[in-house]
Amino acid sequence: MKIRLDNVIKTFDTFRAVHGVSLEIESGELLALLGPSGSGKTTILRMVAGLEFADGGHIFFGDEDATDIPVRDRGVGFVFQHYALFPHMTVAENIAFGMKVSRVKREKAAIATRVEELLRLVRLEGLGGRFPSQISGGQRQRVALARALAVDPKVLLLDEPFGALDASVRRDLRRWLREIHDELGITTLFVTHDQEEALDLADRVVILNEGRIVQQGTPEEVCREPNSAFVVSFLGDANRLPASVSSGRADLDGAQLAAPELADGPAEVYLRPGDLDWSTTGSGISASVIRVIDRPDARRVLVQTESGHALELDVPPETRVQPNERGFVQIRRARIFARTADQA
Amino acid sequence: MAATRSKKPPRVGDHPIFRLGLLAAVLVLTALVVVAPLVVIGVQAFSAGADVFVATITDADTRHAIFLTVATALIAVPINTVFGVAAAWAITKFDFTGKRLLLIVIEIPFSISPIVAGVAYLFVYGLQGVFGPALEAAEIKVLFALPGIVLASMFVTAPFVARELIPLMQAQGRDLEEAATSLGASGWRTFFSVTLPNVRWALLYGVVLCNARVMGEFGAVSVVSGNIRGQTNTLPLHVELLYHDYQTAGAFAAASILALLAVVTLFAKVLLERQGAGRAGRPALAAPQTIKTETLT
Repeated sequence: MKIRLDNVIKTFDTFRAVHGVSLEIESGELLALLGPSGSGKTTILRMVAGLEFADGGHIFFGDEDATDIPVRDRGVGFVFQHYALFPHMTVAENIAFGMKVSRVKREKAAIATRVEELLRLVRLEGLGGRFPSQISGGQRQRVALARALAVDPKVLLLDEPFGALDASVRRDLRRWLREIHDELGITTLFVTHDQEEALDLADRVVILNEGRIVQQGTPEEVCREPNSAFVVSFLGDANRLPASVSSGRADLDGAQLAAPELADGPAEVYLRPGDLDWSTTGSGISASVIRVIDRPDARRVLVQTESGHALELDVPPETRVQPNERGFVQIRRARIFARTADQA
Repeated sequence: MAATRSKKPPRVGDHPIFRLGLLAAVLVLTALVVVAPLVVIGVQAFSAGADVFVATITDADTRHAIFLTVATALIAVPINTVFGVAAAWAITKFDFTGKRLLLIVIEIPFSISPIVAGVAYLFVYGLQGVFGPALEAAEIKVLFALPGIVLASMFVTAPFVARELIPLMQAQGRDLEEAATSLGASGWRTFFSVTLPNVRWALLYGVVLCNARVMGEFGAVSVVSGNIRGQTNTLPLHVELLYHDYQTAGAFAAASILALLAVVTLFAKVLLERQGAGRAGRPALAAPQTIKTETLT
């Protein structure tokens, strides 16, 4: 089902959590709401679910205005960060709960069959008799998903679904959620503060900051064409260097970059560590090595430029580099944004 | 090396002397403070012979006192249980202005001497009180009758159930209720199949405490009941009355009934817990993950 948010506003006491957000989620789409804490992403999700009411604007499910439909009747499946499984019910009872309390009466046998089906879907066959405290975190989250899916929701909403799990379990569950989504084709909206998770899983990513949408697009679009300094720095490690632009060229610490679209004046250059190279000879920003950090896939070199700015760069693992070595940082790719008042 | 090591306690504070000392202190204090008085009650109750004991408890006044005490408990405890659950629910699951004030107000009976409560009720429902004349005109007797006793007992025990539930329900957060409603459950359904099962032991404990206090309440009840023998005397008041009448054995006999009622409620609680815990080997409620929810968010 297609979901549409039209200028939705939410205020808590005096704090405005969501400022007029408009958003369309296509039927069958897997969409990520990505942002730092306090960006309003969870509030938006909870408003779509009906767990919070919007103070302004409208939420449409298909053509129906769902803004004032209470959560009970909205027909959403909600998966909580900490699972919220009923601790006094078995896994099977948890999954069956929504079908038992539904206004639509179901036969006991039909419920049991559906529970078995869902247990198979989330690959937990045979665990129906366990209690939530007797299974692992990853398994609990799968039960929570099965429970949400049991009521045939119009839309599946997940609030930081993998936030409480360890890294390897998280990666497996992520791929698995994508498979389930592709299999069922249910419109899915999930909230995360982990950019890797959003980019890995979603068809489209909506990046939020301070209650507003900053950018939305496919993972490729937001990665390749970030529209603001915030998006660049939020999506991954980035060095920030002050620069000054004059007649289409940015000057930073002695290096020159083309900046044809910017007006003259102060600017900020964002450099990803992987977009920088190190060499002991040649041209570039002259700097000296402070520290080298070894990682499985690369060596991260921390350098200080002659004008005192710290930079981080990733070089191939076989690069020979040592602290106190002097050399040059070469820029392969950079993003330049005019400096705005609030970025002092 | 290994030999010297084995002499040391495996953990800090695990030294045998420390352990035995602590255990002994607890046992001695329990014996002196709790067990000894209970034994004395039992012994003294039968000190003048079993026939005096039987005579005391079959005495019409004593039987009426027992009846009154049980009747008061049967009215006051359910009302306070509903009140406590409602208050705990409101405080932990909703946000509203005056929430902190409500928390403080609920606790007032804990900090006020029961006798003050009794006197306050006198001024509210007494003949010279606020509602006195109106009640008199309507021929409703509140003071020196069962309603007054029930009201005073309810005042004194109002916080018991709520106080047991609030910390637990706060720790559990709202996730479970939100999950239940998002799955289509009604408010009542959510309460009975999700909220209540998760707080039932705390609730039971609150009810037991509340009941024990209602049955044992002396100060507030003595002011509002008027101590009319055979009419408005509850068991605790009756014990005092007998004691002042120099009927020591009788006083202890009545006291033993009161103690017995308390012990029976405690056993009932343990039994209920056993039964609940045994059923289908359900794990302890308030499972760790629900509590974690609150601390992490």
